[in-house]
Amino acid sequence: MLSLNELWFVLIAVLFVGFFFLEGFDFGVGMSTRLLARTDGEKRLLINSIGPFWDGNEVWLLTAGGAMFAAFPNWYATLFSGFYIPFVVLLLALIARGVAFEFRGKVGHRTWTAVWDWCIFLGSLLPPLLFGVAFATMLKGLPIDSDMQMYAGFFDVINPYSLVAGLTTVVLCLLHGLMFSALRTTGQLRERAHALAHKLMIPLAVLFVLTAVLTAVYTDAFRVRGAVLIAMAAVGVVLFVLAGYFISKRREGWAFGMTGGLIALAISGIFVALFPRVMVSSLGAAYDLTVYNAASGPYSLKVMTIVALTLLPFVLGYQIWSYFVFHKRLNEKTHLEY
Amino acid sequence: MDVIMLSRIQYALTTVFHFFFVPVSIGLVLLVALLETMYVITKNEEYKVLTKFWGKLFLINFAVGVVTGILQEFQFGMNWSNYSRFVGDVFGAPLAVEALLAFFMESTFIGLWIFGWERLSKKVHLACIWLVALGTMLSALWILAANSFMQHPVGFQMNNGRAEMNDFLALLTNGQLLVEFPHTVFGAYLTGAFLMAGVSAYKLLRRKDVQLFRKSFKISIIVGLISSLIVAFSGHDQAQYLVQTQPMKMAAAEGIWQTTPEKAPWMLFGGIDTDSRSNSYEVNFPLNGLLSYLSYGKFTGSVTGMNELQAQYEQKYGAGDYIPPVKTTFWSFRFMVAGGGLLILLSLYGAWMLARRKMDSMPRWYLWAMTYAIALPFISNTTGWLMTEVGRQPWSVFGLMTTADSISPNVSAGSVLFSIITFTLIYSVLGAVMVYLFVKVIKKGPRDEQTHHDHHGNDPFEMEELKHAVS
Repeated sequence: MLSLNELWFVLIAVLFVGFFFLEGFDFGVGMSTRLLARTDGEKRLLINSIGPFWDGNEVWLLTAGGAMFAAFPNWYATLFSGFYIPFVVLLLALIARGVAFEFRGKVGHRTWTAVWDWCIFLGSLLPPLLFGVAFATMLKGLPIDSDMQMYAGFFDVINPYSLVAGLTTVVLCLLHGLMFSALRTTGQLRERAHALAHKLMIPLAVLFVLTAVLTAVYTDAFRVRGAVLIAMAAVGVVLFVLAGYFISKRREGWAFGMTGGLIALAISGIFVALFPRVMVSSLGAAYDLTVYNAASGPYSLKVMTIVALTLLPFVLGYQIWSYFVFHKRLNEKTHLEY
Repeated sequence: MDVIMLSRIQYALTTVFHFFFVPVSIGLVLLVALLETMYVITKNEEYKVLTKFWGKLFLINFAVGVVTGILQEFQFGMNWSNYSRFVGDVFGAPLAVEALLAFFMESTFIGLWIFGWERLSKKVHLACIWLVALGTMLSALWILAANSFMQHPVGFQMNNGRAEMNDFLALLTNGQLLVEFPHTVFGAYLTGAFLMAGVSAYKLLRRKDVQLFRKSFKISIIVGLISSLIVAFSGHDQAQYLVQTQPMKMAAAEGIWQTTPEKAPWMLFGGIDTDSRSNSYEVNFPLNGLLSYLSYGKFTGSVTGMNELQAQYEQKYGAGDYIPPVKTTFWSFRFMVAGGGLLILLSLYGAWMLARRKMDSMPRWYLWAMTYAIALPFISNTTGWLMTEVGRQPWSVFGLMTTADSISPNVSAGSVLFSIITFTLIYSVLGAVMVYLFVKVIKKGPRDEQTHHDHHGNDPFEMEELKHAVS
């Protein structure tokens, strides 16, 4: 049986997987507004295709943050204060992006729209980049001292490994978003999504291999969890090949499932490699934050378990229903809100 | 400036800004839900037009409220990591529940509501907006449960130098929450109601869409009257509760340095002198024992002054200054109460006119007053929170942890300065854009459904085909 500490580690992993699976595609669609759309109308179609969902998707991140705060206060405190400046940038990106969806169509002026469009693009590009960097460095190790305080210098955060991981996250989200766009649009837009997805497959494969190699070089992941991670990598290869196959066969739903599967696998891979640590200290294993020394008391964890397991099914239920309500493809005749 | 002061400034700036939008969201969504309910029941298209018009304003406001809320959830860990470590066990739980229970509900059903006008049946669509309204209330409940713990910590035990939760229900039945929740939520309804009433009054003055705006004026005055009275009563309850649990805050809010006689007079205003720890002058309300009434619900009872409390706290908590910034607390309290009082008078007058069926002959001064009164709830909300949070100083969790001990020791003053500057910049832009869009939407009015999009062609592919045809 899982202990409550372990269960909460799993639950937070699930929340992050949910976040990247869902917000991952709307980040991708946000980026693709600059890459696919050639007219303002096309941009609007893309933005409206994620219109009903992006806010609900982002709540997965807020919930993951809240769950970390409640279940592992030391993790939450060390991570958020240690990555102070990256989190400021992340917040600026998410703030600008969130209002941009609502604001961009409200004034019929070229410059106005252009500014908010840049916010959507950068606001969709920066968060996956920063998360990739953060997760890679959490696994690689950060200077966390005996008081659980992290004093990270520039190169602790920005290094070849973290940058490659960040870039991989960005391209993966973009591909996932392209498949979502292909699923929800018609005509030219859909064609261009397919064409770009095609072009992305080889760079993404290279990035995946590079990330795996650098993970072996910079982290202890394969030494600690070698067998499991290699098995997961093998599944990843299968998913990747299938994604390529379904994209070329234009089976968009299946292809979207595969890119989503890749995201889920990548994120859970990080959590598998971390466990039972939540953050690795580069100053010595004694200073690692773990699911035990970072956690709340047993009473808190028990209460939160009951609450979470009661509420999550409802959340999943109504979120799935909302995807069902808006499953139809958008076209030029659809009434657009944004 | 040191990290403590900078972190406090950032927290104050971002939270005050966030709380301009929160009450508008909570208040407007209720009113929009009421309007849509009227539409579904009466099938009168006018209510649909109104729902869409106020819904548009609600959504602009909601977007800013949502994005500034993300920052709220992150900055405990970013700027107050020692605090997060110390109370995360108790304080994190309501935040996580808020996200799971309220944020998911709000965000999913608002998406369904915005995009679902043509996809959902009328009743399901109506249910969506009511679920958003419910979500905003649940959100308020859980975040206030967390805040109430800071005011009056309950349901915990100390373990290894950390506060650990040992009674979840105690957090939810915290006496502080029971008075703070109705006060804040009805304050939010009041904010939404006066925004709607003020804009409607302005439109009535300009004789624009009179038929429509009479309807929204009526609804908002009724909601405004009910809310303003509940805010006053729950405020009175809260003051009495504070006298018991945080007497220092209440003493500072009333400018009481020396413990009062049995029949305590209520000081209308006075000259707070923090150096000599006394008032240079006092102007008392001519009803003796009023402060006793405000504190205990009866006209006798002495109220303990700050100087005596300071001596008590030194004995209890050790040497230190336990008196909060008195001037800020004192004047914030007065501004809040004055704003609330004016709002009650304005809604009483409006309700009286409605009751006498004089909707058509509202005097112009009253409509103008209502237009300017849009600002009043914002003043009261802000000063109310200033009093609550500043008046609790030097504590972040009353009696348990000081604000100075709560900061992130690993974050430099330079980093906090950087974030203050960038957040202030982006928030200023958001604030300006938001006001601009509000004015624009209000000026355009509810009848003009045309948006700029329709001017340059609905069909994006037509352009595309054209280009191809040419090339």
